[in-house]
Amino acid sequence: MNSPETVKYVNPVTLETIQSSKVEPGDELALVRAAKSGDISAFEQLVKRYDRNIFRLAQHITQNREDAEDVVQEAFLKAYTHLNGFQEQSKFYTWLVRIAVNESLMKLRRRRADKTVSLDQEIEGEENSMPREVNDWRPNPEQVYNQAEMNQILTKTIGGLPGGFRTVFVLRDVEGLSTEETAEALQLSVPAVKSRLLRARLQLRERLSKYFQKTKVSEAKA
Amino acid sequence: MTCKDFLKELTDYLDGAIDTRTRSELEEHLLWCPNCHVICDTTKQTIQIYRDAQPYELPESLRTRLQKAILSKCKCVTPAKLKAKRKRARAKSK
Repeated sequence: MNSPETVKYVNPVTLETIQSSKVEPGDELALVRAAKSGDISAFEQLVKRYDRNIFRLAQHITQNREDAEDVVQEAFLKAYTHLNGFQEQSKFYTWLVRIAVNESLMKLRRRRADKTVSLDQEIEGEENSMPREVNDWRPNPEQVYNQAEMNQILTKTIGGLPGGFRTVFVLRDVEGLSTEETAEALQLSVPAVKSRLLRARLQLRERLSKYFQKTKVSEAKA
Repeated sequence: MTCKDFLKELTDYLDGAIDTRTRSELEEHLLWCPNCHVICDTTKQTIQIYRDAQPYELPESLRTRLQKAILSKCKCVTPAKLKAKRKRARAKSK
């Protein structure tokens, strides 16, 4: 975690700096092509490059650790067996994310014994995203809680979001995919991604305010 | 610009995906609207906190186990084996 001194929130600045790309595209394509020709060690490099991201993504969607472990295995295996179907028109990671999202949703369906789970489920009306809490947060809210408490708060808060919002937020803001890549991975339109992202961000902000706002922090912690 | 207009543009503003004119209008709104200033600022913090904290880290021992499992399964489905399997399936369907 960044030290409090490195994160300044006083003036409005953009988030462009934190949306940086993780890999050299050329390098990745070389690994994909080698893996396509049967080089298992090249595929191993791709696994090592993205397994953490896929695990995080799967756990965010399924909200279950065992399911997330299964998703990691199944998504990479499926990617490997269908590698020749990857047309190289998008980044390998975006293609892999699409597989992992589908695998995660299948896990959710099985767990809930409900065949209707989709990214559109539980999408609430616009009014539920409109800010109600407008109290400012105390400076460096991360310092109010220890690491375990903080993780619990973040997990509980994001777990309360509708799946369609949560997935878009994770891909855009946690994994750093662009709006276009997120749209491609989730097979949504760019306006739909933007709309869901705005609502996800506002709902998360609203929920975190309960813990971080200046006047109620001590009550929330108690 | 109203607060509702500001909220509509908030995501593009935070992502820097906005033209200069709209950006100036939004920043002017922020100067006199304390509520939107707080919403903008705390939304930005929300994103940053999730990016920094990443509550679902993959422990190294589990990571190693998963990698081994994935690669051992992949070795059972090498391209040559897949090709042979597809050939058998095609022959069967004829």
